[in-house]
Amino acid sequence: MSIKAVNLTHIYGEGTAFEQYALRDVNFEIEDGQFIGLIGHTGSGKSTLIQHLNGLLKATSGELYYNGENIYAPGYDMKALRSKVGLVFQYPEHQLFEVDVFSDVCFGPKNQGLKKEEVEERARKALELVGLDESFYAQSPFELSGGQKRRVAIAGVLAMDPEVLILDEPTAGLDPKGRDEILGQLERLHRDRGMTIILVSHSMEDIARYADRLIVMNHGEKVFDDTPRNVFRSYKELESMGLAAPQVTYIVQALRREGIPIDDSLITVEEARDAILSMVGLKTGRTEKKQNA
Amino acid sequence: MLREITLGQYYPVDSVIHRMDPRTKLLGTLLFIISLFCADNIWGYGAAALFLAAVIKLSRVPFKFMVRGLKAVLVLLLISVSFNLFLTSGQVIFQIGFLKITLEGVRTAAFMALRLIFLVLGSSVMTLTTTPNELTDGLEKGLGFLNRVGVPVHEVAMMMSIALRFIPILIEEADKIMKAQMARGADFESGNLVQRAKSMVPLLVPLFISAFRRATDLAMAMEARCYRGGEGRTKMKPLRYQKRDRVSQVVLVLYLAVMIGTRFVS
Ligand SMILES: Nc1ncnc2c1ncn2[C@@H]1O[C@H](COP(=O)(O)OP(=O)(O)OP(=O)(O)O)[C@@H](O)[C@H]1O
Ligand SMILES: [Mg+2]
Repeated sequence: MSIKAVNLTHIYGEGTAFEQYALRDVNFEIEDGQFIGLIGHTGSGKSTLIQHLNGLLKATSGELYYNGENIYAPGYDMKALRSKVGLVFQYPEHQLFEVDVFSDVCFGPKNQGLKKEEVEERARKALELVGLDESFYAQSPFELSGGQKRRVAIAGVLAMDPEVLILDEPTAGLDPKGRDEILGQLERLHRDRGMTIILVSHSMEDIARYADRLIVMNHGEKVFDDTPRNVFRSYKELESMGLAAPQVTYIVQALRREGIPIDDSLITVEEARDAILSMVGLKTGRTEKKQNA
Repeated sequence: MLREITLGQYYPVDSVIHRMDPRTKLLGTLLFIISLFCADNIWGYGAAALFLAAVIKLSRVPFKFMVRGLKAVLVLLLISVSFNLFLTSGQVIFQIGFLKITLEGVRTAAFMALRLIFLVLGSSVMTLTTTPNELTDGLEKGLGFLNRVGVPVHEVAMMMSIALRFIPILIEEADKIMKAQMARGADFESGNLVQRAKSMVPLLVPLFISAFRRATDLAMAMEARCYRGGEGRTKMKPLRYQKRDRVSQVVLVLYLAVMIGTRFVS
């Protein structure tokens, strides 16, 4: 059970004066239950790539297999694919249209042809997952704040109960607390339900913290595909692509340059904290720190 | 940048025709159209074909982009050709049942088709070599005299260029909205008329909201930069005729003279 891309190539405006390669021979296989981070500078083809995964865009050449089936084969059921591979777009404004939040979230499951009770049950659960309580149900989605809109948009896709959830920069416009809440929910969905998650993000910190595999795009090509730890070790190459490693990586590298033998694969603040503490002779964590303070 | 200019099928290369003042091109198109109605024999159409071929060559736009505009008028072309072919009276050269083709019919049909094709190609040359913005600039300046009889030329031109500027943006937006709704299982294609009309709601509501939001934003941004309409407004790059425009104008007049002259050749 997986998503597999073979030589996926996408050209926008083929045959016109505005031809542009957005994807070039991209290959990968995503197994069930992975949490994948997707990064790349603006215009590197991330949004283009993920729109192939649920068949919204058709590749100019190459193949895409979902659970072993070629989705470009004639007669393939795209609608079924789209309800299994949920995609949350970059801008929530593009999908909100109903008179109130609750009916907007119902739109997806209703299109799946579910019964009314089940649709509402799904919507309620999805809204709870993104942290919107009943006081929001009757509000117009257009009167919400940016962050709240985003939550409604995510709920709208979650309500379809997809096997794979793809999110295009879901944390843009959220405050730090909102961001942690949303990402925390995603991690729970990933852990508890084994949902495959693909997260497009410009935040290396978020990627380092949540993803167990990192794909890096550059000018439409896949340049890295490894664990975040290994990818961030090549922070110099990332920088040359207009990207960066998490802040902590730089601290660790600076310490190593000063001759301090710290592990160079640390990418989250917590890991670095523990490593530094253990180096100065303290085992781990807060409790000891408090005693010492 | 990329999407700014896709409308009006502008083809971005550098050529004499591209660099020409839009007013010259507007005038040229107008004269070319008039000249087509002067032509009434093979010499006239020959001269027009030569002139058009030369301009297309100079514009450096690949011919296949020129021909694209023809697709839109194909039906019209077929209808007018067949009408002329079958309904002109004269010397019969071919007949099946009540359908008869006359020598005169073939002649008018062929000239009719040529006229229509040249018309489309001629105006394509203009839209392919002129950005919509240049075009409205040209119209604004070229029609500036209408100001005196109370036509708000600047305002109309401004509205036109804003509308032109927004069409590709809204198309792109509609595309994104459609995708976002399709990702939630929306179906824009199947169903009967009522169902289809209903399925447009999830597309139209966000589209209208975004259009209104953009319009207010733009109005605000224009006001913040002290836009007050055309009065006393100067341009950063005022249109000015160059030598190439003078030359082209002379060429145009000569061409028109030749076209009128062909009427007297038999
Ligand atoms: N509808 C379109 N028509 C033509 N070109 C497009 C279209 N959408 C994207 N492109 C081009 O394809 C390339 C990849 O775009 P894409 O949106 O996939 O980038 P991205 O990695 O998602 O960027 P960002 O981080 O800004 O969201 C860009 O160069 C863009 O200009
Ligand atoms: Mg994007």
